[in-house]
Amino acid sequence: MMLIACPHCGPRAHVEFAYERTMDAILPLDTTPEDAARILYQRENPRGFSDELWRHTHGCRAWLRLTRHTGTHEITAVVPWPAVGTGA
Amino acid sequence: MKRFSALALLRAGLEGQKRWPRHWRDPDPRSHYDVIVIGGGGHGLATAYYLAKTHGVRSVAVLERAWIGGGNTGRNTTIVRSNYRQPQLQRLLEYSLKTWETLSDELNYNLMFSQRGAVFLGHSDADMGKLAERGDALRCAGIDAELMSREAVARLIPVLDMSPDARFPVFGGLIQKRGGTARHDAVAWGYARAADALGVDVIQNCEVTGFLMTGGRVTGVKTTRGEIGAGRVGICVAGSSGLVAGLAGLKLPIESHLLQAFVSEPIKPMLDTVVMSQSIHAYISQSDKGEMVVGGDPDHYPTYSQRGSPLRIEEVASQAIGLIPAMSRLRMLRCWAGTTDMSFDGSPIIGPTPVEGLYLNGGWCYGGFKATPGSGRLYAHLLATGNSHEIAVPFSLNRFERGATIDEAGAGPAPQAR
Repeated sequence: MMLIACPHCGPRAHVEFAYERTMDAILPLDTTPEDAARILYQRENPRGFSDELWRHTHGCRAWLRLTRHTGTHEITAVVPWPAVGTGA
Repeated sequence: MKRFSALALLRAGLEGQKRWPRHWRDPDPRSHYDVIVIGGGGHGLATAYYLAKTHGVRSVAVLERAWIGGGNTGRNTTIVRSNYRQPQLQRLLEYSLKTWETLSDELNYNLMFSQRGAVFLGHSDADMGKLAERGDALRCAGIDAELMSREAVARLIPVLDMSPDARFPVFGGLIQKRGGTARHDAVAWGYARAADALGVDVIQNCEVTGFLMTGGRVTGVKTTRGEIGAGRVGICVAGSSGLVAGLAGLKLPIESHLLQAFVSEPIKPMLDTVVMSQSIHAYISQSDKGEMVVGGDPDHYPTYSQRGSPLRIEEVASQAIGLIPAMSRLRMLRCWAGTTDMSFDGSPIIGPTPVEGLYLNGGWCYGGFKATPGSGRLYAHLLATGNSHEIAVPFSLNRFERGATIDEAGAGPAPQAR
């Protein structure tokens, strides 16, 4: 069970959140079919810290970038995504 | 190998069970094998057995990081069936089920394979429509399936909640009578013993830490017990496929998630079939020891922890009690989780990799146990001949880039959506 510190709502139970995908698997809109296949289907799948896109589905519904350990579930960062003010 | 028989059991009983020999040797690795199989689970051991038995490849080693059958082979809910909807999966799992039916005799090992029937419950008209359609497709493929009325389900499974205000009203079901359960540990042990008798080296406590490469081709493996050369190397480590393939620089269409199950305290017989559902995600059977075995959905985020979240236990327990209210009186004995290779279409991968000499069997998601014998036969064919068996051809690694996915759940490329 994880406690995820939403930057908008504060620490909330894992049950409120949904995992979407790892950050390196986000498809740019103008990608080519070859790149899309590579981005979608060739995954690092690390045992260790991983940057992931989550959503506070049953809370503020914001997209969040988590840095999370896939062995221990330790979470070292939860930040809004896209980063505010950068447009990225 | 000392054969098991009624006479051998009787004799051993009279001798106080003291003179059983080891079931398999504990060999040191040799410097070279024709084929190395990485992973001593059911699939890897089955592969080694069929390599030796069917293809006459006797110079085979199975390398296991810890002890055989200690991963997902020992963590599943032991259900065996072939009533899938996609024709490619039907062929694969029926091939496997047919092998299960004679496997105890073939291995001379009691796998406690019990064809007690596997029932999918339908909880609405829509469910029944889907079950009827699946049943028709199965029968067209020559696989047994029978649609059941509500009354027939009530007769077969009297413990179900059939009251008018049931949480999950039962409209009927679809049964595969040839489906059932098997003793999961025995599958690993039976294959290990039979493979060992054919000269296969089953090497435990031997972790693969890298690959030996010559000119872009895999020529062996580095292990915690030294370097071992090989003609062909087969990865067979579902749950850790990405980590082992990563040692060769490969990235796979796989995320590791976890799947939980739990058992109750043992009780007298109350359920003599496997109960599943078209709509909810609890599947229930009773082990021969009397424990109620219950499994559910994956936890829906990547993890290697083998440690599940209580959220899922609560959900699965509530669904199980909704179906069989009498289970509310039982105490949970233990719960556990296995790391599953979640592929991006929900189907397994059996085929060559882009690295010459290196092959992959993985991506079994939450359905690998039932496929163990079929998977072993198909992978042995690939490792012996270098070519995929026709049943395994659709399960190639490159099907994703070709768009030829086999998506049983119709959920698209997201493991957490299955």
